[in-house]
Amino acid sequence: MTATSDTGIGTGTTSTPGTAAVPPPGPPNDMTAHQKKRLRVRLGHRRLLTRRDRITLGLMAGVPTILHVALVWLTALASIALAFTTWDGIGFDSITWVGLQNFRELFTSNPQFWPAVEHNVIWFVVLILIPTPFGLFLAVQLDKKIRFSRVYQTAFFLPVVVSMAVIGFVWQLVYNPDTGLINSLIGANEPGHYIDWIGDPDLNLWAILIAASWRHTGYMMILYLAGLKGVDPSLREATALDGANEWQTFKNVIFPTLRPTNTVVLVVTIIEALRAFDLVFVFNKGAQGTELLSILVTNNIIGESSRIGYGSAIAVVLLVISLAVIIPYLIATFRKERRA
Amino acid sequence: MSTVSALGKQRTPLRPARILLHTFLVATALAWLAPLLWALYAALRPYAETSTKGYVSWPDKLSLDNFTNAYVQSDMMHYFGNTLLIAVPAVLVTLFLSSMVAFYVSRFDFRVNLFLLLVFTAGNLLPQQVIITPLYRLYLLIDLPGITMSGKLYDSALGLVLIHVAFQSGFCAFVLANYMRSLPHELTEAALVDGASVWRLYWQIVLPLCKPAMAALATLLSIWIYNDFFWAIVLISTGENMPITSALNNLSGQYFTDPNLVAAGALLTAIPTLIVYFALQRQFVSGLTLGANKG
Repeated sequence: MTATSDTGIGTGTTSTPGTAAVPPPGPPNDMTAHQKKRLRVRLGHRRLLTRRDRITLGLMAGVPTILHVALVWLTALASIALAFTTWDGIGFDSITWVGLQNFRELFTSNPQFWPAVEHNVIWFVVLILIPTPFGLFLAVQLDKKIRFSRVYQTAFFLPVVVSMAVIGFVWQLVYNPDTGLINSLIGANEPGHYIDWIGDPDLNLWAILIAASWRHTGYMMILYLAGLKGVDPSLREATALDGANEWQTFKNVIFPTLRPTNTVVLVVTIIEALRAFDLVFVFNKGAQGTELLSILVTNNIIGESSRIGYGSAIAVVLLVISLAVIIPYLIATFRKERRA
Repeated sequence: MSTVSALGKQRTPLRPARILLHTFLVATALAWLAPLLWALYAALRPYAETSTKGYVSWPDKLSLDNFTNAYVQSDMMHYFGNTLLIAVPAVLVTLFLSSMVAFYVSRFDFRVNLFLLLVFTAGNLLPQQVIITPLYRLYLLIDLPGITMSGKLYDSALGLVLIHVAFQSGFCAFVLANYMRSLPHELTEAALVDGASVWRLYWQIVLPLCKPAMAALATLLSIWIYNDFFWAIVLISTGENMPITSALNNLSGQYFTDPNLVAAGALLTAIPTLIVYFALQRQFVSGLTLGANKG
């Protein structure tokens, strides 16, 4: 899953699941011998462990696991359970089981739900179509051993270091209807001629997405730069000798070897789109035109109306989408790692 | 062959293509910095001047007054202190706990290893909003009289530390487990045969070797936890207890009529992360690519 180790697996060793079961002649014999040795030593481990060691090990793994599982996974399960109830949050006896009612209401009669889903999808599509390729483009340019590479990298990467909340405030200075940079430059800051970037429901999502893309580009650039470091230099030299031009080299040699990075980038971008929250919250708290699933969940907690079951139902939608991405990705990654 | 690699090594002469590339990169880099520079420019000008001359205008006077005002009026020192109170223990405890899990998973071949690591890593990838509702209720339920200022886990620094540790340890356990796996097995095996305890293996042999990874993770974690906005917005209700990023949200509510002051406040908030980043750039970037799965 780490970009570096992925690239290593992708370009270097070509291990197949069969190698361990059927040892082919030659070097792999060595490997199985090594594996045998490791197995032996590991079995030895168990015998070497004293009672105290076992207790220590149990605590070392147990304490962090309990904390993580209790606060992350049990609460996720509690979200699922609460999604089938109504609860005002005051006393446990007011929890009532309502079956699918929250979901029914959510899907059919909540005016904010489908727009929120749509905005989350738009968020992902925009991030994957604009800043991601642009980040890749910048990475390829900066990978050419040019002067001042570090300076450029820092400029593009700076937005990733700064808090999303701060980014929200900075971009408000750009978008503000009467004092903002854009309206001042194009002369739309006179009353009556306002372009209300933050208030207009047709514009605000796109305005925020520009800020989000601004940040995402630098993030993608760094991931791709790390990926590009793993591209075998001799491959480049070979294609250069073959007389391939820059685009051909990129298309036929470099991009295919970036496959593991692309997977990481895809997953990161989906997760970012599902997590999107801070920018919107700072901009306009998800009012008119910028609804997101994360914002709807939060509004059900810190807003005036505390509808816990209903908020949980939205969280479950978010959970299901996330797990549909996370689980296949992690299984594939861990399988690859086990093989390596 | 040799000519090609020689070409690759030497500083390439400035051919037209290179000049074009540099022009493009300079222009893009400036465009990228523009929003931040614009905020800086606004913060350096007094409100009285910009309100009469407009924001896009030559300055009569540039001063740091907005910065000092934002700093003093909003009692920023206090909120920086709150953040420190959350971030320092959170980073240390996360590294401590996740390194123990990683040690367990990477040095001992138990059946649950892969599953355990999967649980940690997947947990870290979940959007925070998935778990916030029950967490919020749980925090309200847990009474800690005398331990936290609020008497509950809710609205306390301890509450934020706990959730940061729980959430971030997923990522760190994964990265550290990968790192520890790359250390030679003979290292710990020899010590184990010599009768060293498991704790000693962890504390005196494995952990010191993990310093580079730990440094990278510490840099990343401190920036992430410092930058956290969501947990603080939901789990802290008293303005006084807020860390700096969410306190800034309050500040902007109070002073929204003076964008210059808000700009100064926002930039002041960003300074610590920028310092950490510039000082430890290498660690930061290597940490990010060590575990590229982080959202």
